[in-house]
Amino acid sequence: MSTSAPNPQRKTWITVLAWVIAILVFFPIFWMALTAFKTETEAISTPPSLLFAPTLENFNDVIARSNYARFVWNSIAVSFGSTLLALAFAIPAAYAMAFFPTKRTPSTLLWMLSTKMMPPVGVLIPIYLLFKTLGLLDTVTGLLIIYTLINLPIVVWMLYTYFKDVPGEILEAGRVDGAKPMQELFLLLLPLAVPGIASTGLLSVILSWNEAFWSLNLTSSQGAPLTAFIASFSSPQGLFWAKLSAASLMAIAPILVVGWMSQRQLVSGLTFGAVK
Amino acid sequence: MTTLAKTSPIAPAAKTNREVDTRPLLWPSVGVLFLWMIVPLAMTLYFSVIRYNLLNPTLTGFAGLENYKFLFDDPALWTSLWNTLVLVGSVLIITVVLGTLFAVLYNQEFPGRSIARLLVIAPFFVMPTVSALVWKNMMMHPVYGLIASIQSSLGMQPTDWFSDYPMFSVIVIVAWQWVPFAFLILLTAIQSLDAEQKEAARIDGAGPFAMFFYITLPHLSRAISVVIMIETIFLLTIFAEIYVTTSGGPGTATTNLAWLIYSVGLLQFDVGYASAGGIIAVILANVVAFFLVRTVSRNLQQG
Repeated sequence: MSTSAPNPQRKTWITVLAWVIAILVFFPIFWMALTAFKTETEAISTPPSLLFAPTLENFNDVIARSNYARFVWNSIAVSFGSTLLALAFAIPAAYAMAFFPTKRTPSTLLWMLSTKMMPPVGVLIPIYLLFKTLGLLDTVTGLLIIYTLINLPIVVWMLYTYFKDVPGEILEAGRVDGAKPMQELFLLLLPLAVPGIASTGLLSVILSWNEAFWSLNLTSSQGAPLTAFIASFSSPQGLFWAKLSAASLMAIAPILVVGWMSQRQLVSGLTFGAVK
Repeated sequence: MTTLAKTSPIAPAAKTNREVDTRPLLWPSVGVLFLWMIVPLAMTLYFSVIRYNLLNPTLTGFAGLENYKFLFDDPALWTSLWNTLVLVGSVLIITVVLGTLFAVLYNQEFPGRSIARLLVIAPFFVMPTVSALVWKNMMMHPVYGLIASIQSSLGMQPTDWFSDYPMFSVIVIVAWQWVPFAFLILLTAIQSLDAEQKEAARIDGAGPFAMFFYITLPHLSRAISVVIMIETIFLLTIFAEIYVTTSGGPGTATTNLAWLIYSVGLLQFDVGYASAGGIIAVILANVVAFFLVRTVSRNLQQG
C-alpha cells in the first residue's frame, strides 16, 4: 500500500495518524519517565502536574537503598552470565549442525525448539522443590541455570542461521591447509561470525533481563534481580510512585536502548528464523 | 515465499563430504536440554499421581487419578481455563489486528518514520513488572491515575479499573506489551513484499483496500501464523502482570491457569493437586507447539 504517487493530502494524514499512534503507544513510558523527576507529592497530585521543577531526589533515594546495588548486580550477573553460558554450549552445537549436517540435524533443531514450548508453570512445582532441596532458592546461581536452559534453544537457532550464511569456501581453504575442526571453529569461523554472535547474545541478555516468571517465583531478596525488586513496589502500603518510576526508568533504559539497536536481528531470533 | 527462501537450505552438498565426529560438539547442548525437558516433567507427572502436601506430611501414598478428579471437580479449574482462553484470545485478536494495521501504516513514507517506529516497539522491551505497575498506578489508578483525572475533568465518575473490569485491565496491559511484538514481526515481513507485484496490482487498478486484502494480507499470512503461535506459548502462562496487579482477583476474576497452579502449589502447598494442573498446562501448550513446530519445519525443508 505504500503509494509513491504524489498525493500531499494523503501524506499529511498518514503523518498525523502515525505520529499520534506512536505517541499514544509510547505515552505510558514517557509519563513514567516524567514522574521519575517529580517529588512524591507532585507524582500523585490531581490534576497531574505538568510544570514542575525536576528533581533527582528519587534516583538518589533508590540508589541509596542499601540493597539496590545488589538487585542491579543480580540482574547483570544472571543475564550476562546465562548468556555467556548459553553461548558456550550453543556455539559448538550450532557449528556442528551448520557445517557437518547429518540426516538427524533438522529433527535435532526442531526438538530443541520444542523444549522451548514447555510452559514454565508446568514445571514450576518440581523446580521449586528441587531448588529448595539443593539450596538454590533465592540465589543468582539458580536463576542463572534456569535462564541458560530457557534461552539455549533460541541461541542455538540464531547461531545456526548465522553460521549458515558464512561462506563455506573460507572454511574449505582452512581445511585444505590442514585445520582441525576445533581450529576451524575458533580461528576461522568465530572471527567471521562475531556480529551474529553479538546479536544472538544481545537477544539472550534482553530476554533474561526482562524475565519475570522464574525470578518472581524462585527469588525473594538475596538472589532477586530488578524485575523482582520492581514488583516489591506493588504493595499497597504507601504510594511511592516517583521512586517506583525512578527505579523503573533505570531498570528499563539500558535494555530499551539495546533493543532499539538490534530490532532487526530480534525478529529472526524471536521467530526461530521463520520471519527474516 | 520470498521471505523464507534465505533461511531454508539445510544441507549444502559441499559441506557434507567429510567424515567428522561432531558428537562431542553437539552432546553438551542436547544433554542439558534433554535433562531440562525430561526431569522436571517426569517429576510433575509423578507428583500429580501421589498425595503430597507440604503442610500435611502425614498425607502420603499413591493417589492414582485422585488429584485429577479433584481438579476436574473444582470449579476453579474451569474458571481459570475460561480466563486463560479469554486472556489469550483477546490479546491475540488485539495484537494481530493492530500489529497488521500498524505494519501497513509504518511501512508508508512519512517524516520521522524511523523514530515513530522506535516509539511503537518500545513497550516490548519494558520488563513486565514495570509495565504492569505503570499501568496499574499511573494510568488506571481510580484516584490518582491519569485516566481518572481525565474522566473527572470531563465531569465523569472515575472508573476503578481493577475492581470493576479486572480482566479487561489485564488484557490492556498485556496487549500493550505484545502489540509491538506483532508489529515488529509483521513490519519485517511486509518489507519483503515484492515492489513489482504491488506495481502490477496498481496498474491493474487495485485500490488501497483491494491491495490490502488481496496482496498484503496473503503475503503476511505465514508471519501472522508465526506471531499467533509464539504469542500463544507466552500468553498461556502470563504471570508477572497478574502477580503485581490483581493477584488473580477480585475473587477468581483474573485467575488464569498459571496463577491457579502457583496459588495452589506455592501458596497452599498442595503439590499433588498443583502438579495435576501443571500437566494440563503442558498438554495445552503442546497442542499449540505441535502447530508451531510444523510451520517452522516446513520452512526448514523449503529449499
